[in-house]
Amino acid sequence: MADLQSQDYIRRSATNLTPPSARHHELEVAKLIDVSRCIGCKACQSACMEWNNLRPEMEEFQGAYENPHDLNPGTWTLMRFAEYEDEQGNLEWLIRKDGCMHCEDPGCLKACPAPGAIVQYANGIVDFISENCIGCGYCVKGCPFNIPRISAQDHKSYKCTLCSDRVGVGLEPACVKTCPTGAIMFGSKDDMKDWAGERIAELKERGFQNAGLYDPPEVGGTHVMYVLHHADKPSLYSGLPDKPHISALVGAWKGFLKPVALAGLAFAAVGAFVHSIVAGPNETTEEDEAHARLEMEKAKREGSAKS
Amino acid sequence: MDLSRRGFIKLTGAGLAVSSMGALGFGSAGTALAASVRPFKLTAATETRNTCTYCSVACGILIYSQGDRAKNVKSSVIHIEGDPDHPVNRGTLCPKGAGLLDIVRAPGRLTVPKYRAAGATEWKEVSWDFALDRIATLMKQDRDANFIAKNGAGTTVNRWNTTGMLAASAASNEAAYVTFKWARALGMVTFDNQARV
Repeated sequence: MADLQSQDYIRRSATNLTPPSARHHELEVAKLIDVSRCIGCKACQSACMEWNNLRPEMEEFQGAYENPHDLNPGTWTLMRFAEYEDEQGNLEWLIRKDGCMHCEDPGCLKACPAPGAIVQYANGIVDFISENCIGCGYCVKGCPFNIPRISAQDHKSYKCTLCSDRVGVGLEPACVKTCPTGAIMFGSKDDMKDWAGERIAELKERGFQNAGLYDPPEVGGTHVMYVLHHADKPSLYSGLPDKPHISALVGAWKGFLKPVALAGLAFAAVGAFVHSIVAGPNETTEEDEAHARLEMEKAKREGSAKS
Repeated sequence: MDLSRRGFIKLTGAGLAVSSMGALGFGSAGTALAASVRPFKLTAATETRNTCTYCSVACGILIYSQGDRAKNVKSSVIHIEGDPDHPVNRGTLCPKGAGLLDIVRAPGRLTVPKYRAAGATEWKEVSWDFALDRIATLMKQDRDANFIAKNGAGTTVNRWNTTGMLAASAASNEAAYVTFKWARALGMVTFDNQARV
């Protein structure tokens, strides 16, 4: 077994208990996707499916380079292709590897009502523990990046694991290893930020004034980061959110409404108990019984008259 | 199950109480904590170095097969990824290379020599011995008949122009060198490599 066990959990869905987190000197990992070096070859997609033993259904051609046309329970990473014309009329082909961002503050985990179905390890990976998943789809609503997909076969939610099984034994994720242009890098989050800094300086020298790192603070930063040539407009890259945010409903549901609902439950339980002590069960009087017997006989007579 | 009206209400109440306990955080935390990540699937797999079957770049690959090569085990390939120690690709692979596992298992993959005799319409499976003997015989016959030892001016040229050879690209430098030497030693002039394709 790999070593990422409960002691590595720092967050666990739908649990008030704090995970043990005994091993807290864990290195925070990150994947850096340098969009400016990607050639859209889809080796990452291929390697992901091979490693994770996934072979999604063949699809019909949809008139675009995406293949399949969207993420699905067997496609945990997907190349998205966007054509963008800048102010000077130059066409740019912006290719982005889409997949789970492994947020520091994961919306899916917050929204999840099944204890332990979504966990976050000390190294930053957000993982779905399928065994505990109830397939409710709340994680889909909670995700600011629209990543998880519910399988029609087993009604459980699936997404990129950042190859937690490989990272757990000291390897890099499969997509990172295979990338022929070095557009996907892997290492400690600090090293990846440094690397990105160098690359961004290079891009700026080459005329991409707005080049920058996508590590959105709105979700506490992510463990999958992008180097973008147009970091001022992430939405150019097939709808990467400019300001990702966890739906306000998740906050209300899990933050404000949960204690209110629990208080309501507790109040009802205490009320029922007090009522049974004070008022006791509903007793009938002899009068009520006699009246009920009369009603019943009347109904019987009417019934037999009809038939 | 025979359940009276009153019994049903009691049971409903008990169910509500139990689920409320869960909601308040008294759930069975211990059982769920046993869940872990997927086990690493290559821990005891046999690792074999090889070269990618596809193009002339000749990327190094690591083939992982199930089983430890014990006598009673028939190994089968379970995973293929790039060889980080190989100078050509340093661990990377293109989308075709990254999907090599499916070519290994492809139902249409040719795994045995096949022979279609002159005039026959069917391919039939033959042994490697038969195939190699047949190739050697035909090569010898053709070479004996058409070998040019000297040209018109009487200079020794040792040419064999009537048979050509196309070598595979999935060869290391050393294998390619030996192949080249062998073909040229026979006097073969028409000699190419898939690496040029």
